[in-house]
Amino acid sequence: MAYLELQGLQKRFGDVVALGGVDLSLARGEFLTLLGPSGCGKTTALRIVAGFEVPDGGRVMLEGQDITDVTPSRRDMGMVFQAYSLFPNMTAEQNVEFGLKIRHHPPAERAKRAAELFDLIGLSDARTRYPHQLSGGMQQRVALARALAIEPRVLLLDEPLSALDARVRVHLREEIRRIQTELGITTLYVTHDQEEAMAVSDRVVVMSRGHIEQIGSPAEIYGAPATPFVAEFVGTINWFEAEVLDGGRGEVDYRGTRLAVDAVRGRSAGERVVVVVRPEVVELETLRGGRAPEGALAGRVKAHSFLGAVTRLKIDMQDRADILADLSSTRAGAFPIGGQVVVRFPPEGTRVLNLPPS
Amino acid sequence: MSRSRLGPWLLILFGAVYFFVPLLGTFEFSLRYLRGVYSVEAYRIVLADPRFARTLTYSTVLAFATIVVGAALVVPTAYWIQLRLRGLRPVVEFITLLPLVIPAIVLVFGYLRLYNSTSVLPLTGSERATDLLLMFSYATLALPYMYRAVDTGLRAINVHTLTEAAQSLGAGWPTILLRVILPNVRAAVLSGAFLTFAIVIGEFTIASLLDRPAFGPYLQLIGANRAYEPAALAVISFAITWACMVFIQVFARGAAEQVAGTH
Amino acid sequence: MAQATHPAIGPPPTATSWVNQMSWTWVGVVPFFVFALMFLIVPTGLLVVGGFQDSQGHFTLRNLLDLFQPTIASSYLISVKVSAASAIGGALIGFALAYAAIAGGLAPWVRPALMTFSGVASNFAGVPLAFAFLATLGRTGLVTALLIRLFGFNIYSTGFNLLSFAGLTLTYMYFQIPLMVLIIAPAIDGLKREWREASANLGASAWEYWRYIALPILGPPLLGATLLLFANAFGAVATAYALTGSSLNIVTIVLYAQIRGDVLHNQNLGYALALGMIVMTGLSNAAYIWLRGRSERWVR
Repeated sequence: MAYLELQGLQKRFGDVVALGGVDLSLARGEFLTLLGPSGCGKTTALRIVAGFEVPDGGRVMLEGQDITDVTPSRRDMGMVFQAYSLFPNMTAEQNVEFGLKIRHHPPAERAKRAAELFDLIGLSDARTRYPHQLSGGMQQRVALARALAIEPRVLLLDEPLSALDARVRVHLREEIRRIQTELGITTLYVTHDQEEAMAVSDRVVVMSRGHIEQIGSPAEIYGAPATPFVAEFVGTINWFEAEVLDGGRGEVDYRGTRLAVDAVRGRSAGERVVVVVRPEVVELETLRGGRAPEGALAGRVKAHSFLGAVTRLKIDMQDRADILADLSSTRAGAFPIGGQVVVRFPPEGTRVLNLPPS
Repeated sequence: MSRSRLGPWLLILFGAVYFFVPLLGTFEFSLRYLRGVYSVEAYRIVLADPRFARTLTYSTVLAFATIVVGAALVVPTAYWIQLRLRGLRPVVEFITLLPLVIPAIVLVFGYLRLYNSTSVLPLTGSERATDLLLMFSYATLALPYMYRAVDTGLRAINVHTLTEAAQSLGAGWPTILLRVILPNVRAAVLSGAFLTFAIVIGEFTIASLLDRPAFGPYLQLIGANRAYEPAALAVISFAITWACMVFIQVFARGAAEQVAGTH
Repeated sequence: MAQATHPAIGPPPTATSWVNQMSWTWVGVVPFFVFALMFLIVPTGLLVVGGFQDSQGHFTLRNLLDLFQPTIASSYLISVKVSAASAIGGALIGFALAYAAIAGGLAPWVRPALMTFSGVASNFAGVPLAFAFLATLGRTGLVTALLIRLFGFNIYSTGFNLLSFAGLTLTYMYFQIPLMVLIIAPAIDGLKREWREASANLGASAWEYWRYIALPILGPPLLGATLLLFANAFGAVATAYALTGSSLNIVTIVLYAQIRGDVLHNQNLGYALALGMIVMTGLSNAAYIWLRGRSERWVR
């Protein structure tokens, strides 16, 4: 039985549909991330789980019990907010002890638990400081400790790193994952940063406009995107429309060029599909002889973006869409700007998606 | 969290009642001049009273003078404080808060002592001079609001850049102030002006102690002697205050748009 | 711009020397300081000094001692009572109203409407306000008459009288409540929604939220605003004069009579009276500023 389940959640705000029927389940101890752009409904879903919004339809089940109508203070969940998490009039220690104080734990016990948690987050020296004396990253760590102090059944995090500097973000997300694994606590995480989602989650739920686009492990989401939205949102991708030529051998026609694409096997000829290729999969060779060989395309390098280990080349494909190709920076020198290149898509490296309904 | 909204709504309702009932009561009372029937007789009497027109005119003229003097004092000062004399800012701000701390009655007491007929500057010696003193008193009362409005307005425009641009085009300081700065804080000045107007029209304490024929003392006089006319006057007075507030809102928004449009 | 931020980039082509520039700067500011001296600092200072002088101009503390005469002491007491009552009443109701409109989850038009009306009502003071309350709660006022007509209940039979301490307090609250709404609104805005939600999430009830979080945070601004309201009421005279005339012996009325006609038969006592007022309003404002500084410390 799933530990936490969202069944058919629906929510609208006025005319806007925030959630149009969302179904999810988390196993005990799982780290699940809701990923998507603003307005996709991820925060609404989280707030419904926390009890701060009441859904118009659907249920929230925790350990088999319907908690949809339970008030937030009785749900036994710990939440970390994006900003202003901590109570400004209390020290870090008092913040962390707050949940225990409300539950009438004796002071000695509260102090002990707080000390354990400060150890866990590595901020034992900052216990007596006030929030305004702590950096953003430290505040969020204390907020995490505060949420964990009450030993909640579920940990909820609403874009906890969005307001922090990039370097702090990377470090802190690893900390969060480490602590979560150590404690084995079921966690629901919300973010719009796909790199963050991929780095820490057991599974990722990609959402758009109140609906779930895809649920899967980070590798699945990245390597086998199920919809164009997922393909574009997660990582960078090349995509273009093509017509199936031969469903048996797996070939498509892309504006007059025949390309081999294994993934169209089994489809009928004449069907229009979306072909997606990750930049790191694209193969480049210098063009000799003025024409591209069979099954490949010709183009001209128009820009280099130096990304450190990798350089991203933007290739002008004449009357077709630009193609992005990622090469190791040492190799990229062989394809200078203005040079003519041959662009190949390995047949097994491309994916195919259905055309989105217009 | 679906909390009951009943409590807050009841409170707002109570607030609305507390706010509107006295206004309603005043209006109703003002219509009662003729026994047994509602009429605007009280208003007719008030508007026909020559003293009404005289004192209202007096106060209006004084209000305009106060606005001009107030703006003339505040705009250059606020400008120079922002541009050059940053260090003096706390001093100036403290001064602009003094009229809020020192009650008007204390101020006028001080004026009477300082400027009576035996002093160096006998401002109470003649009627005109007392008018002048009254105007400066009003400028003092309005100072906090005028300064805050202009200061906010100046902060919203880039004073340094405008000044440097004007200078590089050959403008001298009077030109810069009059032709460059003032037009850009026009909306803020107007907003401060309407607040000044509201203050001056309604002011009683200073005008009565300086014995000038202003609107405030006239109101009090009618109130002491008549029954229904005061209510009519109160309605008129409230209407004027309300109109001023509306204009302030309009110009405050105008100020924001004026700034947003630049650049 | 590559130029330095120092505004004196150089004289305008038509102008001249550094002296000329500086003199323009001071021309701009000197009138203001002269004005402040003439109409704020010196008059007030003279009163303060006069409070410490006798009729020959010698230094004395006699006037201050005379402030404790029964009549004057009682006038201060009444002033304090009226000001405190209207300040506390205004603070409580104003806070409740502002909180309801800002954080009470009501329709979006409620807050702007409340702010606008508060802006207007806080300026509707003085003589017209007294008239308004006379017309509403006076012996023949609208509400008085309605209560008699609808419920057979005459409020004046309970001993209530508009021309009294209670009546004046009630009238003062008409501008105290809106003033409170305007002053406390920013503080309520500063109370982040996340704190309410975090406290609920950690298991706290609404009462516990107020006790441990909201009231400690709002405490200093609330207290400061109440003090501001106190100072505001303490210095008011027009409303009282128009409403209760000289029958209610508050400090400002006594001072008014003194200025008009030296009813105390002692000029310097009058100055001491003014000095006492300045001390009251000055302390209240100073406390307000101190409290505001304290509350801004936490809430960034």
